[in-house]
Amino acid sequence: MAEFTLPAKSVVKPGKHFPAPDGATNTRRFKIYRYDPDTGENPRLDTFDVDMDNCGPMVLDAIIKIKSEMDSSLTFRRSCREGICGSCAMNIDGSNTLACTMSLEDIEGDITIYPLPHQPILKDLVSDLTNFYAQYASIEPWLKSDSPAPPDRERLQSPEDRERIDGAYECILCACCSTSCPSYWWNSDRYLGPAALLASYRWLSDSRDDATGERLDALEDPFKLYRCHTIMNCAQVCPKGLNPAKAIAETKKMMVQRRL
Amino acid sequence: MSNLRTPLSQVKGLGSAKEGTDHFWMQRLTAIGLIPLVVWIAFSVARLPSMSQGDIQAWLSSPFSAVMMTLFLIAAFWHAKMGLQVVIEDYVGNHAVRTVAIIAVTLICFALGVTGVFSVLHMAFTG
Repeated sequence: MAEFTLPAKSVVKPGKHFPAPDGATNTRRFKIYRYDPDTGENPRLDTFDVDMDNCGPMVLDAIIKIKSEMDSSLTFRRSCREGICGSCAMNIDGSNTLACTMSLEDIEGDITIYPLPHQPILKDLVSDLTNFYAQYASIEPWLKSDSPAPPDRERLQSPEDRERIDGAYECILCACCSTSCPSYWWNSDRYLGPAALLASYRWLSDSRDDATGERLDALEDPFKLYRCHTIMNCAQVCPKGLNPAKAIAETKKMMVQRRL
Repeated sequence: MSNLRTPLSQVKGLGSAKEGTDHFWMQRLTAIGLIPLVVWIAFSVARLPSMSQGDIQAWLSSPFSAVMMTLFLIAAFWHAKMGLQVVIEDYVGNHAVRTVAIIAVTLICFALGVTGVFSVLHMAFTG
């Protein structure tokens, strides 16, 4: 449902200030969303002045430094630190992206970090992606075929057919796209969102999968698929440079194609 | 209130409605149809101020004008109904309010469209 004001308990209040260590000459200010469910207090925006002479080049380097040296209670997900696991997806400088591949140099002025928008917050920058993962599971992201695989080899696919899933298989499920989509904000209980629909298209366009009709049947719904209004936030923020909006448009074309 | 349904069961919900493409397709079809119709009606309306009532009646009584105007009214109200329905589905979260709003938009667009078509036919056939 469209919500244009935050509930009273979600309004972000000014938070604590953590000054740079004595002697630091090259500092940058980080404003980071903090929320602790245990205190029952409103979320707050803490500011950290970070010594940049002693910090790695990426946003993730900076928040790891903050956690190590300034406030160990800062909570966020991270793992691979090279843009393949999707754990450190967060809203940096107003756009969803991965903290590990976002260069501090590319951000002007203070660095503002919020969790992914419009998701329940577990703590600080950790959002609850249960619904997002369930939506991925609901599109049945595995190969389905009525023909048994050859007993002595893998299922073959021509290089041309293999190229058709380029741009779809690379998704790392970081949720940057879905949580940047206004349609997803208002109707995420029923709209599958760009990530799940891109994953669905990955199987719709796979020459080895023959459940295309059943997959399209499952998406034939005003909410599951047709909430996409090509707003294109998904394509704009995708840290892997993918275009979920195009995959959704291709899916709609398949829907029309099979009735004309 | 705790919810013991699994996340997957909640996402699956009531399942696919098995419709949506028709709405998507008709919205684009009426949009394409409206391109020439809107151009025609824009030029026609621009001419109206210089015409007398008799001129307008004669103009709208011609088969071409009456058919074009009828087509425009059907396409425009059909398109408007579908577009408004999408806006309501997007922004109205409460299911009861959403349902009432869609019913209201459907009935109002249908009533206005029928009124418009009847008016054209009335002028075309009774002058």
